Amino acid sequence: MLTTLNPRIFFGCAVLLALVFTAVFAPWLAPHDPLTQDLLYGSLPPAWSVGGEPAYLFGTDTLGRDILSRLIFGAQPALIVAVAGAGLAAIIGVSLGLMAGFRGGWIDSSISRLVDVWMAFPAVLLSIVLVAILGAGLGSVVLAIAIIDWTRFCRVVRAETMQQAQLDYVVSARTIGFTGFQTLTREVLPNLWPLILTLFTLEMGIAIVVEAILSFVGLSVSSDMPTWGSLIRDGRLYVNQIPWLLGLPVLAIAITVLGLNALGDGLREALDPSVRV
Amino acid sequence: MMIGPGATEQDIAQLKALYGFDQSLVMQFWLFLQSALSGDLGTSISLKREVTELIGERLPLTIELSMLAIALAVTLGGLAALLGTYARGSWPERMLDSLIGATIAIPDFLWALAGILLFGIVLAILPAFGLMNGELRFTPATGFYLTEALLTGRFDVLGSMMVHLLMPALSLALPLTAIIARVLKASLIEVMGQEFILLARTRGYSRWRVLLREALRNAAIPALTLTGVQFTFLVGGTVLIEKIFGLPGVGAMAIDAVTNRDLPLIQGVVLTFALIFIVVNLLVDLLNAALNPRLRGA
Repeated sequence: MLTTLNPRIFFGCAVLLALVFTAVFAPWLAPHDPLTQDLLYGSLPPAWSVGGEPAYLFGTDTLGRDILSRLIFGAQPALIVAVAGAGLAAIIGVSLGLMAGFRGGWIDSSISRLVDVWMAFPAVLLSIVLVAILGAGLGSVVLAIAIIDWTRFCRVVRAETMQQAQLDYVVSARTIGFTGFQTLTREVLPNLWPLILTLFTLEMGIAIVVEAILSFVGLSVSSDMPTWGSLIRDGRLYVNQIPWLLGLPVLAIAITVLGLNALGDGLREALDPSVRV
Repeated sequence: MMIGPGATEQDIAQLKALYGFDQSLVMQFWLFLQSALSGDLGTSISLKREVTELIGERLPLTIELSMLAIALAVTLGGLAALLGTYARGSWPERMLDSLIGATIAIPDFLWALAGILLFGIVLAILPAFGLMNGELRFTPATGFYLTEALLTGRFDVLGSMMVHLLMPALSLALPLTAIIARVLKASLIEVMGQEFILLARTRGYSRWRVLLREALRNAAIPALTLTGVQFTFLVGGTVLIEKIFGLPGVGAMAIDAVTNRDLPLIQGVVLTFALIFIVVNLLVDLLNAALNPRLRGA
């Protein structure tokens, strides 16, 4: 299908693979335990600067925990939230979008109205309030992402389903006796996969940022699990003493988000001939 | 959480009665609605003050920050779009486009932190925390810091605040700047292909003049509509940005209210933001109708 590999897809895949690799092999990659405190070695600078220890490549935080190890272990919750949050949002959004686009009528108008109201409220405030209600923890973060961002899938899938429903193959499926549900799942849904995959990739990036935001305001997971967001929170507090504690997780999130965006854009271009210029 | 472990049954019952938790949920909501409509949002549990008073004190700063950010977004976004259209087909246009792409992808939260690192720490040219220099004393009566400092001639306060607010406003503005630049450029290019532009060019007007005088006016409407729609997201972004930069606005208070489980304050803040969004959306619709005659009467 792809004669020449799109550079954006290549970059995106590389970033995604690196994230998965880091998360899965974190216990072997990390030079130290991310939770072990060593107050004798607190606030160490990176290994190459004056006063740095070779054992701690990027130095330590105020409690003497190895920053590089915490960064590596932070890939785990990031990956979990990205896959589970985007997955759950996709399941809710795609189901409702298919229903709205295929059935039309009052089902469509009530779902569309709900999407409009949902999207009018800024996600940041909504996610903070939601997690405050649901309680802290990785599960709540995933749930909050799904509750907020299902609309992104629903809106696009609805519009596409409406278009597909007009096409001949859908009419043929109905004439050979397929029920509405069969037509949707066996005929329409397979045609939507490229679109859903694109949206899923973009949503993974958003989910990682949302987790970082919630960790930053202290609402995500407990402190015995290092996340990029909790590193950012510590880094913001001690930015004058240990700026790299803030810089490294910001860089990690920025590269991940840029990579996932590039992958999404590249996939959209590769899978949909109409946007090719 | 609000009461010690040695509390008696009677203490607990008293506390429940104080906050109305002894009533049914429907009744609680009805009581809340009644008092909210009469302008009473209750008392904050953590700050022990009237919620309406707290919001009234802190909302003006959030409004001023949002206004500053939107002004930056429109100026920078418009400039980027004009430059991109002018330099069409050359390498600066491609560079500008990839810059805009990266700017859209990265959220305001990360821009703010990257800004703190680059301008606050590495270059150390901008302050990374607070509202103004520590030695300045200024408490505005209306709560509107910038406006009041300007009107009362406190230019030392105004200058210090502008320097402190530059980074927060810029990080709020950047994603919107990129969106404006992209949409405005697309419609500028479309308009530039039309006949009346060719006519103006044959009259001997320069490209800049045609771009500014003829094309911009016709291309601005889609970008303006979008700016209005996106403005609510910018206001929502103040929640985090105020917290990151330590600014005493409603947004930072919202986060504190959530961490302190201060229910009356959370209710009040969410209600305030919801009201702002409704008002902004209404204004955008009115502005659209005024700019686009085809929408009138609908």
